[in-house]
Amino acid sequence: MSLDAGLRSELSKQGVFTTSLAELYNWGRKNSIWPLNFGLACCAIEMIAASMARFDISRFGSEVFRPSPRQADLMIVAGTVTKKMAPQVVRLYNQMPEPKYVIAMGACAISGGPFKQGYNVLKGIDRYLPVDVHIPGCPPRPEALLHALISLQQKIAGQKLTGPDRPPHLQEDAPSEYPIPVFGAYDLEPSKNPEVWQPPTLARKE
Amino acid sequence: MENLEAIKARLESLVPGAQLAVVPNSAVPAAASLAVDPAHAVAVARFLRDDPGLRLDFCSNVTGVDWLEAVVKEKVKSRKLVDGMEKEVEETVEHKRPGYLEAVYHLYSVELKHGPLVLRQRTANRMDQVRVTSLTPVWRSAEFQEREAYDLFGILFDGHPDLRRILMWEEFQDHPMRKDYVEPDDFEYEPTPHNEVLAKARRHYPLEERA
Repeated sequence: MSLDAGLRSELSKQGVFTTSLAELYNWGRKNSIWPLNFGLACCAIEMIAASMARFDISRFGSEVFRPSPRQADLMIVAGTVTKKMAPQVVRLYNQMPEPKYVIAMGACAISGGPFKQGYNVLKGIDRYLPVDVHIPGCPPRPEALLHALISLQQKIAGQKLTGPDRPPHLQEDAPSEYPIPVFGAYDLEPSKNPEVWQPPTLARKE
Repeated sequence: MENLEAIKARLESLVPGAQLAVVPNSAVPAAASLAVDPAHAVAVARFLRDDPGLRLDFCSNVTGVDWLEAVVKEKVKSRKLVDGMEKEVEETVEHKRPGYLEAVYHLYSVELKHGPLVLRQRTANRMDQVRVTSLTPVWRSAEFQEREAYDLFGILFDGHPDLRRILMWEEFQDHPMRKDYVEPDDFEYEPTPHNEVLAKARRHYPLEERA
C-alpha cells in the first residue's frame, strides 16, 4: 500500500502522480477546515485580523467562518473562558459534527493566563475539551494562529484511516460529546473532566 | 460646584430628618463625600439631580466597599490638669468600629459641567442588615451597577426594579468581592509561586526531592 518516497518522487518527475485513498481524503479535509465564528475576548481580535487581507487565513482554506456549530469543523477558543461561559463553549463543541478539532488560542484559553489564580476563570479549556493545538501568547499574533492551523493540517495529513490509531471520528466507541458542567453553589460541577484532563504531578523547588 | 458643607446645610433644611455627614478623605485632595442614611437617600438624590445649582444629572459609577470590623485609633486633644497646671494633652483613644457595607455613587453634571460628587449609603452591618435604597428610580444608569454591587458585595437595594446577579451565575451562593470570601480550593500549578500563591502551592504539591 505505501509507496516508497524515492520512487514516488521519481515518478512525479516523469509526470506520473501517485496517491492513496487516505492521502486524498486527508488532503481534502485539511485544506477546508471551517472554523466556528465565535470569540470570547481580545484574542478574537487577532483571529479576525488573521482572517483579513493582510494575514489572509483563506490561503489555508479556512476563511469560511461558520456562524453555526453544525457547519463548523474547527473551534478556535479565542480568549478568556470564564466559568459562566464554559458550559456554553462545551455545548457548542458538542453540537459540532465529527470530525472536529479545537485550537486553544492565547494564555487564557490554555491555562487561565493572568486570571489563573482568580475565582471566576477556567484554568484552561482543556479541562473539558480535547484540545489539538495550544497557542501561547497574550494575545498570540495572527502568524501564531496561522502556525497553529498549519500544525493542525499536518496532524490531519498524518492521520490513518484504519488501524487502532485511527482518528476518533472513525472510532465508533470514541466519545463525540463531552459532559457539560453545571453551575454549582461555589464552582462549576465537576470542576474538570478527568477523562480529558488530569492535573500534572509536579514538585516544588522551594 | 458649591462645597459639600454648603450642600449639606441646604439639604438638612430641605429634607427634614435626613442624617447627613461629610466623610473626609485624607488620601485624595478634595475628594470628600456625602454620607446619607438609606431612608432619605431617594429624597436627597432627587434634590441633587433637580436643584438648579447642582443638576447632577449623570451617575457615572456605582460601586461597593466592604469595611471589616476594625479597631480605629483616634487622637483626641483635651485640656487637663497636670501638676496643678492646665495643659493640652493629646490622647489616643481606641474604639471598635463595627463592619458594614457601603454603596458609593459618583455623580456628575453634564449640563453644568461639574463633578464628581461622591454619595455614600451605609448598611447597618455586614451580615443580616445589608439593605440600602436603590437610586435607580433617580438615575437609570445605576441599574446594572447596583446589580453588580449586589452580585459581588451582597448589598440589597430596596426599590431596585430587577435585582438579580449580573456577573456570576444565578446558582452562585457567595459574594466574591467581600474581604472574607474564600475562593474554591482549585489550585493547580504556578511556575513561580510567591506569597499567598506559594502558601497554596505548599498545601497542594510536595517538595522536590534533591539528589
